Amino acid sequence: MTVLSDVLIKGGTIVDARGERPADVLIGPDGRIAAVGLGLAASRTLDAGGCIVAPGLVEVAAQLGEPGREGTETIETATRAAALGGFTAVVARPDTDPAIDNAGVVREIDALARSALCQVACSATVTVGGVGHGRLSPLAELAALGVRLFVDEGVGTQDPRLLRRALEYASDLNVIIGQHPEDSSLARGGFMHEGAWSSRLGLAGIPAEAEELAVMRDIALARLTGSALHFRRLTTEGSLAMVKAARRAGLGITVEAAVQHAVLTDAALADYDPMAVFRPPLRPESDRAALVVALADGAVDVLSADHSPQAPEDKEAPVDSCAPGAIGLETVLALAISRLDLPMTKLLQLLSWRPAALVGLQGEQGGPLEEGRLANICVIDPNAEWSYDPRAGASRGRNSPFAGWKLRGRVRHTVFRGEPVVVDGKAQR
Amino acid sequence: MRHLLGIHELGVSGIEELLELTDNFAEVNARPIPKVPALRGKTVVLAFFEDSTRTRVSFETAAKRLSADTVSFSTSGTSVSKGESLRDTALTIEAMGMDALVVRHRSSGAPWQLARWLRSGASVVNAGDGWHQHPTQALLDCWTLRRHFGSLGGLHVAVVGDIKHSRVARSNVAAFSLLGADVTMVAPRTLLPPSVDGWAPGPGALKVSNDLDGVLGSVDVVYLLRMQLERQGEALVPSLREYTARFGLTGARADRLRDGAVVLHPGPMNRGVEIAAEVADGPRSLILDQVETGVAVRMAVLFRLLNPGGEPV
Repeated sequence: MTVLSDVLIKGGTIVDARGERPADVLIGPDGRIAAVGLGLAASRTLDAGGCIVAPGLVEVAAQLGEPGREGTETIETATRAAALGGFTAVVARPDTDPAIDNAGVVREIDALARSALCQVACSATVTVGGVGHGRLSPLAELAALGVRLFVDEGVGTQDPRLLRRALEYASDLNVIIGQHPEDSSLARGGFMHEGAWSSRLGLAGIPAEAEELAVMRDIALARLTGSALHFRRLTTEGSLAMVKAARRAGLGITVEAAVQHAVLTDAALADYDPMAVFRPPLRPESDRAALVVALADGAVDVLSADHSPQAPEDKEAPVDSCAPGAIGLETVLALAISRLDLPMTKLLQLLSWRPAALVGLQGEQGGPLEEGRLANICVIDPNAEWSYDPRAGASRGRNSPFAGWKLRGRVRHTVFRGEPVVVDGKAQR
Repeated sequence: MRHLLGIHELGVSGIEELLELTDNFAEVNARPIPKVPALRGKTVVLAFFEDSTRTRVSFETAAKRLSADTVSFSTSGTSVSKGESLRDTALTIEAMGMDALVVRHRSSGAPWQLARWLRSGASVVNAGDGWHQHPTQALLDCWTLRRHFGSLGGLHVAVVGDIKHSRVARSNVAAFSLLGADVTMVAPRTLLPPSVDGWAPGPGALKVSNDLDGVLGSVDVVYLLRMQLERQGEALVPSLREYTARFGLTGARADRLRDGAVVLHPGPMNRGVEIAAEVADGPRSLILDQVETGVAVRMAVLFRLLNPGGEPV
């Protein structure tokens, strides 16, 4: 364990769930916040002049590469990227190889993450192998290890009978069943949103209704079981409208959005750029605009970087056979600041305290900056202008549609459990 | 013009220029020795990542008549083996030295990606990509129609068949529209794309119909598309028999065409499905003219890309 000294974050404005106030934050050698206020002093000072001092960000869906895809990412590289992006916690997506569907894999990831640059939590698959059918993963055993969110990534839990059982079985475990909502039959063979662009580009499409049909069905199952259900990456106006109505009716449904669906449209495929291939696919402007509204009005609970590193050769392929997804831990905050026009408090709610609560990390993450709490803090310069170059990033992945974008807002410092892991935009280890 | 990718990129002026050059090479092809030295010393690689006999032979003949060296490369199966990316394959071929890469690929957009990846000045010629574009087919059809009618301006063309999955439809509709022909696409809803936004960039109007009999009486050209036999299995049509009954150009339907109306088909034909044998071989058919024109058009394309500014013959 690193030996810590006391550190003062000086000159910034705190933004947390309590609101906004100018104050310095003194972190004691025990890694906890020792004092918040003005006129404090410490042996080491981190300059936060002109910056926002906020609880560290929390990512609910990151591909960490381990186990099984170490060529694309490792927990060390992913958590370094996360720290540079302002994150103090990431939740591993369960579609590793082998999948996170048993206690052994959770323990392996915990061991690999022992010296990581941020907290690493595990999500797990609903079904054994994450294949969306067959037997349930040992939900209670995994819950006892701290797993809070279960989801069959990519395929979704297609069988409604099985999803019903999962929702029922999970109801007394204090866990959440997540769903990748996509009707596999309607979506089959598609590579992008079905619409004007897919027609013109000659690419098989995935209609919005493939998502909406699954959302409609799963809302019905949430009603039937009375259990909590989390929708991963909603992308269409119709899905969001159904979820809003279901929540008004009192159902315990939470919603995640991925940043690419809020800033890009299917027109990004016009030149057949494999970097613009995502699953679910980028949608037209009307859906993108509806998603931005939903981020602002609370219909969406958490914003995800959807960090998906891919090997270069898997992106140097035709768009109908390339791997989907993009890296995102180092860009999501800046994209949100530059493109989404949300108040900073709202933005941090979507990226910090709401995701922390969703995945059960609120004891350590996302909490208000007050005396006694573990110091998981990011310091954001909201006006810093920079140009994104994936090759200069810490992630092993280089796949991003945002290469060359001019962005505003950058992480200056990140403090993880009292340790300044990023100082002046540089990772310290 | 460095590459020939799609009809939209070519525009009216690009199409006109290539059609005029085609006149010259049609004349070359009529000579006793149909060969010119225009591309001597140039290397044309024919990379066919999808089975094709007609187009490959047509391009190869075109390259040889221009005295270019040709290297043929084809992979059967559904994709390049997992071990090598499309980019690696392209760079490997490029490293061996080539001036043009004629590419046929099952994936829409592959020629655009290749054009971005190539480092030398080599030209990419799209010989058909997925459901997307087949520009030399569109050019040869335009040339064939222009020779027959004098101009495409004001013609009414019915494009009939599996529009949704057809690169020929996407490139031909764009070219017909750019040259001033009105187009009606005729197919059951299952074989039409979800949208036709941007399909007709020129002055010619684009309409969609599900009623072939209602359209036939007003057209100058019936352009039939090949009906893929596997579409039955995907429930896009109940049966080929029913498809033929509703959308096939039978002898009886051909008899109801206006005087002077002609029939085209990009081949290979399913006789008895989208076109009756008597129509394919009948007096309205320009199908063999299309095939013949293919070589001259591809000569024009290769010449234009590899010998810019040169005199054709």
